[in-house]
Amino acid sequence: MYLADSKRLHLQDGPIDLIVEAQGSESNVRAAYDAAVRRFTGLLDELCEELPLLRQAADPARCLLQGTVARRMHEAVAPFAVDHFITPMAAVAGAVAEEILGAMLHKAQLERAYVNNGGDIALHLADGERFTVGLADRPDAPGLMRTMIIHADDPARGVATSGRHGRSFSLGIADAVTVLARTASQADAAATIIANAVDLPGHPAILRCPAHDLQPDSDLGARLVTRGVGELSGCEVEDALEAGADSARKLLAAGLIDGAALRLHGEMITVAARALEMPGSETAVQSAMESAMHA
Amino acid sequence: MLTDTTTAADDKIRCDACPVMCYIKPGAAGACDRYANHNGELVRVDPHIVLERTVSHGGRLVPFQAGGDWDGKIVKEPDVFVTAIGAGTTYPDYKPAPFIVSSVIDGVDMVTVVTEGIFSYCGVKVKIDTDRYLGPEAATVRAQGEAIGHVTTGEYGSQMLSLGGVHHLTGGSKKEGRVTCDALMDLSNCKPVELTIDGGATLVVQAGYPPIVNGVAEERMRVGCGSATIGMFAKQWHGKVDEVVVVDDHITGVLSEHQAGKLLDIPDTGIKMKGRRSTPGRYFQVAEPGTGWGGTKISDPLSVLGPFDPKKSRPGMTMLMVSTTGEHAAYYELDESLKPIEKPMPADLRHSVERIQENCEPALCTVLFMGGAGGSLRAGVTDNPVRLTRSVKDALTRVTSGGAPVYVWPGGGITFMVDVTRLPAGAFGYVPTPALVAPIEFTLRLSDYAALGGHMDYVRPLASLKDNTEIRQMPSQPSAPGQRA
Repeated sequence: MYLADSKRLHLQDGPIDLIVEAQGSESNVRAAYDAAVRRFTGLLDELCEELPLLRQAADPARCLLQGTVARRMHEAVAPFAVDHFITPMAAVAGAVAEEILGAMLHKAQLERAYVNNGGDIALHLADGERFTVGLADRPDAPGLMRTMIIHADDPARGVATSGRHGRSFSLGIADAVTVLARTASQADAAATIIANAVDLPGHPAILRCPAHDLQPDSDLGARLVTRGVGELSGCEVEDALEAGADSARKLLAAGLIDGAALRLHGEMITVAARALEMPGSETAVQSAMESAMHA
Repeated sequence: MLTDTTTAADDKIRCDACPVMCYIKPGAAGACDRYANHNGELVRVDPHIVLERTVSHGGRLVPFQAGGDWDGKIVKEPDVFVTAIGAGTTYPDYKPAPFIVSSVIDGVDMVTVVTEGIFSYCGVKVKIDTDRYLGPEAATVRAQGEAIGHVTTGEYGSQMLSLGGVHHLTGGSKKEGRVTCDALMDLSNCKPVELTIDGGATLVVQAGYPPIVNGVAEERMRVGCGSATIGMFAKQWHGKVDEVVVVDDHITGVLSEHQAGKLLDIPDTGIKMKGRRSTPGRYFQVAEPGTGWGGTKISDPLSVLGPFDPKKSRPGMTMLMVSTTGEHAAYYELDESLKPIEKPMPADLRHSVERIQENCEPALCTVLFMGGAGGSLRAGVTDNPVRLTRSVKDALTRVTSGGAPVYVWPGGGITFMVDVTRLPAGAFGYVPTPALVAPIEFTLRLSDYAALGGHMDYVRPLASLKDNTEIRQMPSQPSAPGQRA
């Protein structure tokens, strides 16, 4: 099904909700969309066949999964599985986006394309092209947009956001952590890890609840997920963000991500090898604390 | 660390809408956020309500008229109105995804469609159909001990509360703001809320339901004031009883003295009322206000009477005393010492009391949500927010809330009121700011939208919403089989 502008394709199956756009010659765009639809058909069933294994903690050393998307999910989370509890499900959205984009590029020559799976995005940029990605400081406060530009010569082809307002649970308190990485599945997994690290363990204003009390079959089991965050002082917000930034810097140094923007209670901190290009912001200084006005 | 204790009973269901086959607890949604367990039943919960679909499923309609004169049809073919409820602040995720790439506008690949407004400036006006005394005017109204509003001016047959507002939401303590936000959201979502009034009653208020005052559910709204009741029923009482007193905290009526009685040549009875006589047969302040007879605090109606005048009264004279709702009534006969003695009520008088009850409308609580659309919300609709305001004032843009008609206040800003019972269930949400999230739709001609700087690139034709992949139903309706792409 196409969206109103007849340019974007909307694919939905169960919890998967994709917005797809390809740019190029008309025949290439058509071929790309045909390929996207073909690959999408049955993809959810394919994943569900291995769902029990996908919901178990990933083994960093070996992968028993069969499906290509499932294996990609495992591959994306495996680097984190040594130090953290993480299941392949942490990368499902990004891995699906990547799979569909891959199917499109296999069949068509495109100038630009993206597959947006509910905020986890796989990008394609031909030489000289670029994408402008808009981000909201808070998902519930419209009109506060920043933008980031991703050029073809940047390494990042994946963007993902994780936080406690999303559809999946977070162990941390970040409103949103947005990550740029080589692939969407890597970005997805890393965003989960960094968002979990934005935390103030034991803080009395943070309401937590075992995940399986909310969703009986959650892959997080009895782990306490964040349900509410009360009043935090400026210092506490800074501490929580710094804990997340510390995790992000390690992932950056390990080459697992290309950049991250962490947001909590209107404060934002960015971590990147070079300053993220943010034309909307005058002082996009790396690792700088920025305050966002709340209208 | 706090632990959420809102764990429900273990009657989870298994969703079969897609192969993920989620187990869903009561009150929770599956991984997709589209299907939920509503009292053990699997329902779709992404409630963009397409009217045609609602009609075909026998759902309740929210009247909406886009323009022109009403032609008498319930649904003005081919009008279909899509509400903002559950739309979230960005498309396409139902819980907004902060990152979205889409087609280019002014060099930015972004989508922002603001359709649920965040209202820091909001409150509810509550009308409670009761004559019972709820508390003094301007008294503080509390929920969970926190001040969330006040008693405002009394209206016909009703006590009025004004709750919320930016002062209670943001001007007090953190807890005051949170409790206010919770109470406003529950009231707006037609849930019951217990309120206490300083120096007054404890009540349970729920939009569309009778108020419960100090544990007693109010049944009826008064048929009229005591004096009006005399006027309405004088003819029916004539010849069946010598005297009637309609006990009312505001204006108590006395048949024999009242103009209505005089016109029927009803003789004096020598009755002596307490209180302040306003005009013949009409008395103010016969007793203190309260939750007894007719909004007074009395339980014995004789306490509003003085001794009968022996010059005009006679033993055996009959008297009916009744409240303005007919809820309380008693029949008396004067004994040899002219003392009223309660007797079983004759059938024809009992019939007149039943007639008073029958003519009373059911007592209800009604809740109007009132909110002001601020700059950021308007900016989501147009690049030039003030033009939206002007457009609303010029009646080029129709404002609705969850599809329900609103009253837009004259003057600056877009401040509107809406009857919360006309919105579908669960239409209101909140953010911890604290502020309420309410649906608001701006409907206008496409050409006008372009003229006021609208985000034209993001305008979708209705057909794209009517496609079966995006049909969204009322949460209360049974689910249709999930259509998969």
